[in-house]
Amino acid sequence: MQLRHVDAGSCNGCEIEIAQAFAPVSDAGRFGARLVASPRHADGLLVTGVVTKNMAVPLQMTFEATPRPRVVVACGDCAVSGGVFAGAYGVVGSVRDVLPVDVEIPGCPPEPSEITEALRRLTGR
Amino acid sequence: MIGVLTVPLATGPGLLTRIGASVLQVVAVGVGGPLLLGLMGKIRARAEGRIGPPIIQGLLDLRKLVRKEAIRAEHTSAVAALAPLVLVASAAVAAAVTPLVTTRPVIGGGADAFAVVYLLLMGSVALALGGLDAGTAFGGMGSSRAMTIGAISEPALLVAVLALAVQAHTSNLPGIVTASLSHPEWLASPERLLALAALVVVVIAETGRIPVDNPSTHLELTMIHEAMILEYAGPDLALVTVGEAMRLGLLLGLVANLFFPWGIAVSGGGFALLVGLVVLGAKTAAIAVLVALVEVSTAKLRLFRVPELLAGGFVLAAVAVTTGLVTR
Amino acid sequence: MSTAAYLIGLGIASAAALLGAVLPARRRLLGAAVLSSAACLAALAGAGDVLVSGHAFSLHTAQVLPLTGVDLSLDPLGAIFVVTTAVVGLAVSCYSVGYGAHQTPSRTATAMLPAFLTTLLLVPAAASLATFMVAWELMALASLLALLTEHRRRRETRDAAQWYAVMTHIGAAAILLGLVLLAAHAGGQSFAAIAAHRRHLSVPLASVVFLLTLFGFASKAGAVPLHVWLPRAHPEAPSPVSALMSGAMVNLGIYGILRVGEDLLGGGELWWWLVVAALGVVSAVFGALHAAASTDTKRLLAYSTVDNIGLVLIGVGAAGALAAGGEQALAGLVLLAALFHLVNHALFKGCLFLGAGAVQHAAGTRDLDRLGGIARKMPATAVLFGIGALSISALPGLNGFASEWLLLEGLLHGFASHSAVTEAALLAGVATLAITGGLTATAFVKALGVGFLGQPRSEGAGDAREVGPSMLAGMGLLAGGCVVLGVVPGVVLPALDRATTAGLAAGAPRAVLPGLGLALASVRGAIDPALLVGGLLVGIVVIWGALRLVPRSADLRSPRRAAAWGCGRELQTARMEITATSFAEPLQRVFADVLRPDHDLEVTHTAESRYFPEAISFHQRVDDAIERVVYRPVMAAVTWWGRLARRVPNGSVHRYLAFGFAALVLVLVVLA
Ligand code: SF4
Repeated sequence: MQLRHVDAGSCNGCEIEIAQAFAPVSDAGRFGARLVASPRHADGLLVTGVVTKNMAVPLQMTFEATPRPRVVVACGDCAVSGGVFAGAYGVVGSVRDVLPVDVEIPGCPPEPSEITEALRRLTGR
Repeated sequence: MIGVLTVPLATGPGLLTRIGASVLQVVAVGVGGPLLLGLMGKIRARAEGRIGPPIIQGLLDLRKLVRKEAIRAEHTSAVAALAPLVLVASAAVAAAVTPLVTTRPVIGGGADAFAVVYLLLMGSVALALGGLDAGTAFGGMGSSRAMTIGAISEPALLVAVLALAVQAHTSNLPGIVTASLSHPEWLASPERLLALAALVVVVIAETGRIPVDNPSTHLELTMIHEAMILEYAGPDLALVTVGEAMRLGLLLGLVANLFFPWGIAVSGGGFALLVGLVVLGAKTAAIAVLVALVEVSTAKLRLFRVPELLAGGFVLAAVAVTTGLVTR
Repeated sequence: MSTAAYLIGLGIASAAALLGAVLPARRRLLGAAVLSSAACLAALAGAGDVLVSGHAFSLHTAQVLPLTGVDLSLDPLGAIFVVTTAVVGLAVSCYSVGYGAHQTPSRTATAMLPAFLTTLLLVPAAASLATFMVAWELMALASLLALLTEHRRRRETRDAAQWYAVMTHIGAAAILLGLVLLAAHAGGQSFAAIAAHRRHLSVPLASVVFLLTLFGFASKAGAVPLHVWLPRAHPEAPSPVSALMSGAMVNLGIYGILRVGEDLLGGGELWWWLVVAALGVVSAVFGALHAAASTDTKRLLAYSTVDNIGLVLIGVGAAGALAAGGEQALAGLVLLAALFHLVNHALFKGCLFLGAGAVQHAAGTRDLDRLGGIARKMPATAVLFGIGALSISALPGLNGFASEWLLLEGLLHGFASHSAVTEAALLAGVATLAITGGLTATAFVKALGVGFLGQPRSEGAGDAREVGPSMLAGMGLLAGGCVVLGVVPGVVLPALDRATTAGLAAGAPRAVLPGLGLALASVRGAIDPALLVGGLLVGIVVIWGALRLVPRSADLRSPRRAAAWGCGRELQTARMEITATSFAEPLQRVFADVLRPDHDLEVTHTAESRYFPEAISFHQRVDDAIERVVYRPVMAAVTWWGRLARRVPNGSVHRYLAFGFAALVLVLVVLA
């Protein structure tokens, strides 16, 4: 399972936890998950943060650039529901408002183990 | 000696066996390459305190990729579609004619070390053109960097091969390997060792490993090889990945057999081939482990320091030839 | 038979030149083209017969040239050059119909192309000093006029013509001097007489003659440091003329070196040939580096000619050195490789120049930084140019690979020669081949990838339309040659073998076994490109077929077209594409010591603070370092000398009388 990470407007808290998910303690990589550099190489998007006005179109473009079949993972409360930024002035909405979301990882930020857990559900291992 | 090499293909004894052996080599490289990459990833993970993905992860990913959708950027020409095919085909032909499992691959007399070098160049050129086809900034940048590095690593490769060819009085690869089998003292000769050092540098550059390139970078500006292939998806990406892995497997196998030829099948028998295959796997795995250990313990070089490393490889190779001539 | 066919060829070619000058505007182009094609075919038949049968012909007519008459003789060595010229000439004649169609060329332009062709066909058959020099000078003149026909009024064109005229005439003077010395000693001016006398020559005299002629021929061949005219003349000449210059004229420099060094002087000293090989090494590396850094298509091609001529010179030098050491078999192999590369270079460089001309014709520019996306607008041209570009990059299955492989094998086996100096030269040769191989691939990936792929970078490139059938046919002929000689190189080897034997003073045994592939006769080495190509094709088909068989849902079966991945940028324009300049930038930095790029960075700050720039402008130019280091000082010195000399004649009659008197005294002193 290869994912392209898109920061749609996060506070970078989620990013730190994602990095931890791939670090020695949880090691999401051992289940076959990997972050890749291009959506073309990916099987889905790992979106963090609330979708801001500036990032809505790029997010959609990234989704379009991903070969099918593809999944969208919303990581963190912001991505799932808007979190603390819900309804703020520069915000379009949660990821669900822009793209079809397949997996949600709640938490602000989610624990590395929770992220790994969600990725394992995708890789099936 | 001369007669053996110039026998026309059709009249050679055991043509079918030889074709079979070559197909075996291509399959071995096609499957072994991704496994070697997996092994290197595993070693790296272990050294970093992780468990890491299973060694067969590369093959699993390939199976997934071929089933996915292919995407081609609008405005691309046939080059983008052809480049991955040419990359894999050139690597496959190179694998078929190189003595990896057996010293008697098909058209062993119709191809030689220089041909293998230029077949590898063919793959690089195809990829570089593919990188330019979509007309994106990073694709072109990757092509430019890859060609620059190739332009300096290819001479080192050619001259290192020359050092071996001068020693064996032929550039025919089966010939070199067979001659090395009967002259074990060559393997410890200074020119061999120097050429080995040069070849290792080249292999690292050609396969895009640290310290030349970082295969797992996500930052486009630091990319060399990754930037060229940002545009490929699905089956195309599977081809590019497998092509690159085959090149790695081929080069490691070549280095293994040129510097430690024992175990390679000299007769056409099935058992000999099996032994050859197992030994090849063991030899390449050993080199792969070494390369991976070097990788974890070094930092990537700045792009403009890489040519210095490669020029060093070139000089080593040239010194190897000279040493061979002087000590003759 | 061969004599008649060859002479008829010459005749028709001159008739074409004449008709080009006199026919009315509508007919002149077609008339000249048809006649020159016929001339090429006739010359091809004549010279081909010499190559196949191995019998030279010669004839002498006292009437044509006063005092000396004309001596013509065509042996296999000359014939290989005539054949090469004729093939390129045929393609160029065909191409010129479409090239001139948009705007009828002037009388001079139409006449000069066949005239140039005639002289090119004539030089390799000249068999006496007088005939040779006349043919050589006519060739220089015709090519100079042909060069000037298109943009005569542009400053660059005039500059290029001046450089070319000066270089070629200095060269011709050196050749004349060398040959006259030789003829004076031999007591006859026909080549046969000179060659018969070659044993009685003293070594110093022979060496002086060799060096003088080498200077002249190397300047025609475009060897560094005498190459400066090439990157100026090629871009400015009309493309058919560039193709003839690079595909046929520079070859004659090599011909001259072989004819004088091996035939007239009998092989001579080892060090002569080491000098030749050294010239080759320097030319190849310098040319390849500049080609990799150039952003003007035709300038790139011109430097690549310098590179390839360098490779040929390495082969010629190594062959001469091996022959001087008594290694006839190895010498034959290396010379065969060099001649083969020369023929191949004529094919792919001719094709590339014609292709570059077609693009310039259609897109209105030859600047790679302003091209792009041509492959979709001009697919046929792109394929043909691509074949040329991949051939020159020595990809297996195309002709460049075949001859580079032979050259590598020749140099490799030359190591058995046991002469330390020769070995050092061979090592330098192999290293050069290796270095230029990578650089050439880079240069042509740039030309092909930036010029033909991607998005158009200018309006002209966007509006380009495919060129007409005659131009495509011209390019196709040469590209077809590249493919045939790449897949079955064995077909031309018997002919090349004959030329090689004729090219070495002591002859050479057969170097390559008969067959379609390349199997060396005297040493161990073989290659069969047809099998490699077969393997590649089978591989491609099998992989493609296997991918089709993979089960996947119907909507995923065919590739989807999507916007190129630009990292999520909403706006993507061709301005964001990589340009040829930036493509070459990393290499240029790596080799900054040789290329010496000129940088010019200007930052204008805002009035308020030095920390905020208002405008930044950056310029970069890669000039020819040799031109700057070697030629500029010489030109400055000549100018200075001219200024100084102008002060001497001040108009006073007394002073002039004094000069006359002084000179008279001097003469008397010298005579006494
Ligand atoms: S979910 Fe929390 S940690 Fe993640 S981006 Fe939103 S605010 Fe930051």
